Amino acid sequence: MKALIALLALAAPLALAAEEAVRLDSAPIDPRDVASLQSGARSFVNYCLNCHSAGMMRYHKLLDLGLTEQQVKDNLLFTADKVGELMNVAMTRKDAKEWLGTAPPDLSVIARARGPDWLYTYMRSFYRDPESATGWNNMVFERVAMPHVLWTLSGQQVQVERKFKNMEQAEAIGRQQKNAWKIDVLTADQAGKDGERFILKTIRTETAGSLSEVDYDILVRDLVNFMSWMSEPNQLMRKQVGYVVMLVLLVLLVLTYLLYKEFWKDVH
Amino acid sequence: MAAAEKQAVTGAGPFNGLLTWIDQRFPLVETWRSHLSEYYAPKNFNFWYYFGSLALFVLVIQIVTGIFLTMNYKPDAAQAFASVEYIMREVPWGWWIRYMHSTGASFFFVCVYLHMFRAMLYGSYRKPRELLWIFGMLIFLCLMAEAFFGYLLPWGQMSYWGAQVIVNLFDAIPVIGPDLAIWIRGDFVVSDATLNRFFAYHVIAVPLALLALVVAHLLALHEVGSSNPDGIEIKKSMDPSTGRPLDGIPFHPYYTVKDAFGVVVFLIVFSIVVFFAPEAGGYFLEYNNFIPADPLKTPSHIAPVWYFTPYYSILRATTDEFVLWALAPGVVAFALLIIWSVKSSAPRIAVGVTAIVLLLGLLTLDAKVWGVVLMGASVMIFFFLPWLDRSSVRSIRYKGPISKSAIALFVIAFFVLGYLGTESVTGGRTLAAQIGTTVYFLFFFLMPWYSKMDTTRPEPQRVTWK
Repeated sequence: MKALIALLALAAPLALAAEEAVRLDSAPIDPRDVASLQSGARSFVNYCLNCHSAGMMRYHKLLDLGLTEQQVKDNLLFTADKVGELMNVAMTRKDAKEWLGTAPPDLSVIARARGPDWLYTYMRSFYRDPESATGWNNMVFERVAMPHVLWTLSGQQVQVERKFKNMEQAEAIGRQQKNAWKIDVLTADQAGKDGERFILKTIRTETAGSLSEVDYDILVRDLVNFMSWMSEPNQLMRKQVGYVVMLVLLVLLVLTYLLYKEFWKDVH
Repeated sequence: MAAAEKQAVTGAGPFNGLLTWIDQRFPLVETWRSHLSEYYAPKNFNFWYYFGSLALFVLVIQIVTGIFLTMNYKPDAAQAFASVEYIMREVPWGWWIRYMHSTGASFFFVCVYLHMFRAMLYGSYRKPRELLWIFGMLIFLCLMAEAFFGYLLPWGQMSYWGAQVIVNLFDAIPVIGPDLAIWIRGDFVVSDATLNRFFAYHVIAVPLALLALVVAHLLALHEVGSSNPDGIEIKKSMDPSTGRPLDGIPFHPYYTVKDAFGVVVFLIVFSIVVFFAPEAGGYFLEYNNFIPADPLKTPSHIAPVWYFTPYYSILRATTDEFVLWALAPGVVAFALLIIWSVKSSAPRIAVGVTAIVLLLGLLTLDAKVWGVVLMGASVMIFFFLPWLDRSSVRSIRYKGPISKSAIALFVIAFFVLGYLGTESVTGGRTLAAQIGTTVYFLFFFLMPWYSKMDTTRPEPQRVTWK
């Protein structure tokens, strides 16, 4: 019961965290880019699928990405024996809660809940925070329980604060940032004498990782592209069927219109 | 009529024999004639008259897709969410069926709202069509129940917390409320038991009532005949030689072909959503509903789907201040208005007593109770339209500036309330919703007076084309 109350207490501020205040970067994803999807699948299986499940996604569906069954078996099948299985993880929810404080959410449809832009910004917004349990914090998801699993690739970031006297100035500098940024507004009392009420928060790389910033962004793009595809694997087919249906309907439109006009000729 | 006396069916080629055999045992030809080939509808139906047949068409879509969804859906709190994704991913064409059903829910409301608005524009609910209107309103209530029960089934966060919020409204009812809420849920919170019973209501109980009411609605329509944009009775101008209305045309084939064209136009719009934007920007499928239901995590922002947001806004607008400064004075003013308008003393006393009881309730009971009452009233008040509208003409075409302004204000209030219902609450938005709520109810409450005092233009003898 105590754990439950603690969890609730933890979840309440999480839900209210300044997620909307952060300006999300738009994710440059393309569900038709098969190479990007394959690379994203590899990253997903290597980095995410240890703690997070994708329990509504079957490995077999990866064949839609132009892979053969053998390729899936050799390169992507770590947590299951057969391609017919679902992307589950060995960690139980009970263990996860004990180890991480909260069970990592299933990621099958997370891209539809959060949106690709959120995921893309989130994965590029971790920064070092000595006060948090994992040593990491995130610009998009304040006090997130998840550590920065890709840190060996991205390097280590820290949060930088800069004070401004007006909003426009703070926003202008914010827009020049490559990564996520947000502006906290202080009350006149909090700001003190100098009247600098607008705090622009950004992140800066302190120690480099094994990937350059450009390459890291590409890795995250591919990962988000895959997660977005995985949230609705039939999305391309949906649109293709849509074009055919529209074509049929347009023909029917002409036919039914002519029929209608023909029958109504004598109504005055 | 004895079988032998009925005439043989002709004109059906090789099927003449079979149809004759049936007709001698079942009123086949009679039904066909009275409801289709010899049901005379006014010839001047315009754009607004498509939405009745379209609503029927969407009902068919919902039933057919619903049957296929039921084959793979699991009404079990542990499996429901995953079973919907199973339909989306692994059932052949399951995604199509599911998107048709989820999009169909929203389009059902689009069609029904436009269909109702048509009736309000042209006074289609006026005598002798009151019962037709009441059947229609009962269909609308069933549709709302159907949508509400169905929305729990995907078992996402919005499903769960939306149901939680709405069922908790029953808590507000004095005395029996808390027990009633538990009785509805079958548990102390929304749970597996709730999901199971909502599934039963959604797939059999409500659809049965809905279908029966649709039949009653159509029978009532065919009894009194269709109204039209001019709001005049075509039966008043009959062709003396044939005994048919001069301005009437047989429903079949004229309106069957016209509605077939309407169905194709509808399907184009419908398919654009189904295939290219099934979430409709979060309005048809809410983003938060892709997170499985979690009884321990209350979302910071709970919003119903768009078709319920006007009523939800009215619920949220009813604060203590609103009860004190708008509802209480409103009840007094309205009571005085009625007492001033009626001449005999019995209704005057009745109105006075009702007003005093209401006033006492307003000043003692919680504002939450009145929020629920207002929300209920905002839907139920449509039932009374046939008696509230006392204009000498039916159609907006011949009504005066007051009625036209009133309906315009009502539409604006409806949209503003609808928009506010999707947003989180702020001081300014609550005020806007309170103004919207006031306009919404004044439209109905003042109708007996403004519809009567408004200037009108004479109705034509025969229908017009516009």
